[in-house]
Amino acid sequence: MGQAPIDSTGVSRGSLKSYLTGFVLALILTAIPFALVISSTWSFAVTLAGIFAAGIVQILVHLHYFLHLDTTSAARWNVLALIFTLLIMVLFVGGTLWIMSNLNYRMM
Amino acid sequence: MMTTDVSTIVITHSQEVENPDTVAIQTFGFWIYLMSDLIIFSTLFATFVVLGKNFANGPTGKELFDLPYLLGETLFLLCSSVTYGLVMLAVHHGRKKRVLIGLAVTFLLGLGFVSMEINEFHGMIAEGHGPDKSAFLSSFFTLVGTHGAHVTFGLVWLAVMIGQVAVKGLTSPVQSRLMRLGMFWHFLDIIWIGIFSIVYLMGVM
Repeated sequence: MGQAPIDSTGVSRGSLKSYLTGFVLALILTAIPFALVISSTWSFAVTLAGIFAAGIVQILVHLHYFLHLDTTSAARWNVLALIFTLLIMVLFVGGTLWIMSNLNYRMM
Repeated sequence: MMTTDVSTIVITHSQEVENPDTVAIQTFGFWIYLMSDLIIFSTLFATFVVLGKNFANGPTGKELFDLPYLLGETLFLLCSSVTYGLVMLAVHHGRKKRVLIGLAVTFLLGLGFVSMEINEFHGMIAEGHGPDKSAFLSSFFTLVGTHGAHVTFGLVWLAVMIGQVAVKGLTSPVQSRLMRLGMFWHFLDIIWIGIFSIVYLMGVM
């Protein structure tokens, strides 16, 4: 049974410990934004910042503990493709919001 | 690797064994597909953020979204991601029975997520809050529905892989397909983090 091919790709290497650590961290990072919104004790800006911070950290947790992305040679191209995609996303989302808010402002 | 002659490749191909490079190339190719999918989702997110406050006298997110229900959906998807990780561990150890059980559990958790989402959509449309009601609801159904469609196709893929593991066993091609399915499944959970944060939690704020 060929185990070697799977190991050579760099994305599938995980251990029970890494999955459980990722699970616990993801649970905490899900609970934080839900608690912030449900309790509604904090100001709008703090809640918004909390949702974004927890979301971004949780995405990084998933990438690291579940998808096992790191800077080893096997995963480097995946990371590079991801960074390029993030650049495109920033252009799409940022550009859309910029143009549409500007249009909205001019039509007021 | 370079000295492998053609006859060997033909024989090993019929026995479902692949060249290591093939797996690496397929994995990278599938990653590129996921990145293109990420761009689709980013345009849908941009559309939602632009249109998300245009309620057209219809219901707002605050009136429509039920946070404990959303937490249930989120936990279904998160747990299915972890059980899939355990499937990959069982694959590494060559434990066929555990792989099958893990895939079945992942399928059921994913099915729980899709069922909850269909129930949510059905309830909204039945109350007249369908995608035709406002720009907010159009962009909501497009974004969340696209994610739900991806998860549904993931369920089909899971069912196919349960069949392949049962019939073919943990051969190299089956292992590499399981790995790509894992990438797809974890990727969908990452998209869901964006959806519950930006669409639901910020909609209820």
